[in-house]
Amino acid sequence: MNKLLTISPSPHLHGDASVKKIMYGVIIAMIPAMLASFFYFGIGAVITTLVAVVSALLFEYLIQRFMLKKPSSITDGSAIITGILLAFNLPSNLPVHLVIIGAFVAIAIGKMSFGGLGNNPFNPALVGRVFLLISFPVQMTSWPTPIASRLTYIDAETAATPLAIVKEALKNGEPFSQIIKEIPSYTDMFIGNIGGSLGEISVVFLLIGFVYMLIRKIITWHIPVSMLGTIFIFSGILWLVNPESFADPVFHILTGGAMLGAIFMATDMVTSPMSIKGQIVFGVGIGILTVLIRTFGAYPEGVSFAILIMNAFVPLINTYMKPKRFGEVVK
Amino acid sequence: MLKTFPKGGVHPPETKLSANEAIQVLPIPDSVTIPIAQHIGAPSTPVVKKGDKILVGQLLAKSSGFVSANIHSSVSGTVQKIDNVPDSSGYKRQSVIIKVEGDDWDENIDRSKEVKDDISLSKEEIIKKIFDSGIVGLGGATFPSHVKLSIPKGKTAEILIINGVECEPYLTSDHRLMLERSEELIVGTKILMKALGVGKAIIGIENNKPDAIEKLNKVNDNSSISIEALKVQYPQGGEKQLIKALTNREVPSGGLPIDVGAVVHNVGTALAVYEAIQKNKPLFERIVTLTGKSVSKPANYLVRIGTPISAIIERSGGLPEDTGKVINGGPMMGKAVNFLDAPVTKGTSGITIMPDEESHRGIIKDCIRCARCTQVCPIGLEPYLLMTLTEKSLFERLEKNDVMDCIECGSCSYTCPSDRPLLDYIRLGKVTVSKIIRARRQQ
Repeated sequence: MNKLLTISPSPHLHGDASVKKIMYGVIIAMIPAMLASFFYFGIGAVITTLVAVVSALLFEYLIQRFMLKKPSSITDGSAIITGILLAFNLPSNLPVHLVIIGAFVAIAIGKMSFGGLGNNPFNPALVGRVFLLISFPVQMTSWPTPIASRLTYIDAETAATPLAIVKEALKNGEPFSQIIKEIPSYTDMFIGNIGGSLGEISVVFLLIGFVYMLIRKIITWHIPVSMLGTIFIFSGILWLVNPESFADPVFHILTGGAMLGAIFMATDMVTSPMSIKGQIVFGVGIGILTVLIRTFGAYPEGVSFAILIMNAFVPLINTYMKPKRFGEVVK
Repeated sequence: MLKTFPKGGVHPPETKLSANEAIQVLPIPDSVTIPIAQHIGAPSTPVVKKGDKILVGQLLAKSSGFVSANIHSSVSGTVQKIDNVPDSSGYKRQSVIIKVEGDDWDENIDRSKEVKDDISLSKEEIIKKIFDSGIVGLGGATFPSHVKLSIPKGKTAEILIINGVECEPYLTSDHRLMLERSEELIVGTKILMKALGVGKAIIGIENNKPDAIEKLNKVNDNSSISIEALKVQYPQGGEKQLIKALTNREVPSGGLPIDVGAVVHNVGTALAVYEAIQKNKPLFERIVTLTGKSVSKPANYLVRIGTPISAIIERSGGLPEDTGKVINGGPMMGKAVNFLDAPVTKGTSGITIMPDEESHRGIIKDCIRCARCTQVCPIGLEPYLLMTLTEKSLFERLEKNDVMDCIECGSCSYTCPSDRPLLDYIRLGKVTVSKIIRARRQQ
């Protein structure tokens, strides 16, 4: 029997998991929320999403082709995710050139400067978004009204987000029980009929994506549940202490980027901890920071900052939060 | 709910192609090559020389220490030479090569089919006999069985676990053994219980073998032996995982099963024990699965030790056209074969033939920190970290991160979406760390 055989160490089998499958799985999970954004914000949402995705892919390609001189990895789907996530974090009336700048910062600075997929400490889409928020605060905080602005883009009719309204009113000393009557109902928040960034508005469609990712085992429940649970409990305690000067916990969960952040951004595997214990600490940290920024900080919205801050703690969390070893000898 | 181990694990496609194939006796080859080291521990010392006439079951090489095992002839004939011959991995091993003449058995071996139930030997005599018969762990690890039965001072055995899990994909030799040799297996279990002086034994079987579970339950006439069905989960056949699944006891890090009062033996070992004690038959043949998706006749064979692997492949229709890799064992923990005429040894539980398209690894990509390796590790290690630490030669941290606890099941490499060779690096790290530990102990 003479035949050239392949020799390699075990295991000789490989499961069906691949980077591409994971990435495209995440993209599929984002489709319901994306379609919802198209429904509520129409043309503006389509333009923003397309520009963000195309420029994210283009920047990644150009950097790999001309600067790193490496084979291109744009087909792995991760740049598409960054593009969609960036768009999810932008208002639908943002001028095209700002979207392109955001995609450039996300891909070039947030991702490729660290060595590409897997090596970036911060969530690239959030790096892009926060860069835009700080550099172009006016454009980044004008929010088209849903449905009414479907057929308009830059000149869309705008309104403040529920979070901004509540923050402003609470600061002016209005009681929460009064404010709540002036903002969209919780049902509207649940289905997405409110002002806000493209992807953050429709809780129900984000949840569909969450369930899909859980079923496909792309992510585990630990980060989203610990993060949302912490937001709920922490804001709930504040609300119980003084129900008139703090927003109620349901409001905090349904508004702003809480759902989007918990489901699609805090769970970014590259920038979240490795052990289950670590993931829970990470989620709790984001939850606490989010409520602190929202209630006591200058910005009405705190999820992006909270996630980026906790991203910075991930190496530390990984060092100290080890999985429980089998047969651990207690010393 | 069926029991299983709680932490980690994967479930590769079971692909038990030969599960319904009854064990066939493989014809005796013209010549056999019997290595003198077929077990973990010291190689044994040959006691025959060129030209000697040999009977089936005759001692060829004597155990050379406590952790070592006797080697017996599987055929009758003439010793042609004692020489260094490549094993299946291509390493040259000292082996006894015997030209086969007829099939004359040592007259002390009871060749009758009748199942002998009464155990007349004492505890000590049983262990002695097991040692004499050259019995080693037949699940693949080939650890000399008498060592496991000799309980160190200060420890007590409380429970015997018979490993019928066969969690490796493809392999079915243990499955067929449990089905076709059930009565003998039960007697073998009783002998092992007597040798250990324990009052309780569990035979653990994954529930993808319901016929074996049913059969054993039917023939089991001893209330202190229980047959337990387990949820299919790899690597449940690992001692530590099996003990955890069946008794919820956790073998401490760096410890042995006996530290939690358990002793684990494979079903193949239990059958070999039966044959040694009741039939006076030393270990010189075993059941081997020959399997693979392109193999024309996947089957289970009773094979004399020393038979060339190629002879089994021929019997099952020859090496398929599209063969890319031949594995000694199953695909998760087996070793790739590079010399097809290498002999079957005591540890050969199966030969798995992989088509070329499944024989190559994917291109290594950067770690995306998905944490799947950490989730599937049955020991709770962090394979991604162990790989990086090995790459960067940070051996002190590697040791602190419990690299020596790795059981090399390969669940991490199996599951990695970036096709990273995690286990390769961990093995490399283990080798260096164990050198460091040894050097430190000598100081």
